[in-house]
Amino acid sequence: MGPALAGARIDRGRARVNSLFDAETLRAEFPILGETAYGKPLVYLDNAATTQKPRAVIDALAAYYLHDNSNVHRGAHCLAERATAAFETARDDVAALLNASREEIIWTRGTTEAINLVAQSYGGSTLKPGDEVVISSLEHHANIVPWQQVCARTGATLRVIPLKAEHNGELDLATLDTLINERTRIVAVVHVSNALGIINPVQDIIARARTVGATVLVDGAQAVSHFPVDVQALDCDFYTFSAHKLFGPTGVGVLYGRRALLEAMPPYQTGGEMIEKVTFETSTWNQLPYKFEAGTPHIGGVVAFGAAVRWFRAQDRTAMAAHEADLLAYATQQARAFPGLKIIGDAPNKVAVLSFLLEGAHPNDVGTLLDQQGVAVRTGHHCTMPLMDALGIPGTVRAAFAPYNTRDDVDRLFAALEKVRRFL
Amino acid sequence: MSSGTDGLDMNSLDMNSIGLGRDITADDVVDNLSFFDDWEERYGYIIDLGKQLPPFPAALKTEDRFIRGCQSQVWLELQHDAENGCLHMAVDSDALIVRGLAAIVLAALNHKTPQQIADYDMADYFSKIDLLKHLSPTRGNGVRAMVSRIQGEANARL
Repeated sequence: MGPALAGARIDRGRARVNSLFDAETLRAEFPILGETAYGKPLVYLDNAATTQKPRAVIDALAAYYLHDNSNVHRGAHCLAERATAAFETARDDVAALLNASREEIIWTRGTTEAINLVAQSYGGSTLKPGDEVVISSLEHHANIVPWQQVCARTGATLRVIPLKAEHNGELDLATLDTLINERTRIVAVVHVSNALGIINPVQDIIARARTVGATVLVDGAQAVSHFPVDVQALDCDFYTFSAHKLFGPTGVGVLYGRRALLEAMPPYQTGGEMIEKVTFETSTWNQLPYKFEAGTPHIGGVVAFGAAVRWFRAQDRTAMAAHEADLLAYATQQARAFPGLKIIGDAPNKVAVLSFLLEGAHPNDVGTLLDQQGVAVRTGHHCTMPLMDALGIPGTVRAAFAPYNTRDDVDRLFAALEKVRRFL
Repeated sequence: MSSGTDGLDMNSLDMNSIGLGRDITADDVVDNLSFFDDWEERYGYIIDLGKQLPPFPAALKTEDRFIRGCQSQVWLELQHDAENGCLHMAVDSDALIVRGLAAIVLAALNHKTPQQIADYDMADYFSKIDLLKHLSPTRGNGVRAMVSRIQGEANARL
């Protein structure tokens, strides 16, 4: 290592120590982290399943129902105006988060519905026999099944970017040039693997898709809470994520869609709110984004999610990311030293997720015994059965960290794992 | 029936050799679990109970014996005794705790008549031993599905 690099490493370390970011202060904003499980202090490491909510979000949800509850976009009264303003402000906040325009932000129930919307509306109206849709081996079922089904309906073929032969969980990008070809119409890839935490080089995949004119959807459910996402810089056509994995409530999701595509796509669901004019014979559609928001939306959830996004954007996100990187490095170091532990997806470019197996122990048993010690993790196939099949394992134990986790949480995980190891 | 097998046959299980439901009863399980006061003793006992169950030969891990859980897999062998009308059971699982929970179920239902099985209050039993969460439909560990299948087999013979 040259002196310049060594210096850079020291500076990074110092920056962390001197940072204003303090996980303990952040923890105090999350009331649920004071809970106990079986009388033991909770160590919550299931953040990839859902993050906990700061008081700002819980208060915003309560305040909406205490003070502003009303239907949006239609009532000619004070509460309706307040509810509509809060609802639309949240859309502006999400648009700013992703560097998109507000007309390109569609509220859904979650990532799953956002992908289904694109698969059925865009895929269903454009795919023909002989066309190809490309996904990757790292996809969550939510970014497999909708494409599998629309392919079956339209006669298109689903193709899958394989893993590298060394099975560290990274995609084999050498296959891109043949897999993404002149027959490819849609490429739908996950930004960050939910099961393994691996960050996919989506910019390389998007660049290849551009050369053949394919439309690209990126499933960002596991990405947005960990690093900045700019849909213009990414140059993707669709980007999806869920509010509840970004410190917001469940039941709210986001679809970003490029305006020209959203304009051209047929509605996903029809009914109230999404229409311009209705007669018994025919209907015309409302403008964007309302064309894709049939029925009364989850107004309270969207309003609270707006509070979550504002809360999130007000954090020192560089310091937050450095803290997460420190937790991952600290956990990985302990994992490597732990007898019989095998990290699954041991790749260099990851968010703060540690997926692993203990030799001779079923992941479900490990999870149950960690739970008894107050440590909350996810076990099983993580809704990625084809990935588990490709890796030749039944599932993993997954510890997924958030900025409010600490090195003490990591220590407690490994102390609990030590007991599990002696037990099983 | 499997009585009289010598245990060397790779394609069958000696159902009568399983003491759960005869030598180890539901009352024994309730008594023992109420005696422990920390999770290590409780789960140690549950896992040890699971060791009472013989592993299935590969040939018996068939689709019709398979019960899919979200997180773990369970295989159930169920035989009807023509002489006394009882149902004899064996269970295997890839997870030790699920195998132990299956043993706890068999302590209550194994070697019993269809009527005894149909009348048995499994939720009350699991509640007494503070393991009701493992019977929850959200748990997905296959134990609930296994109990349903045993009850279904019993009801079909009433």
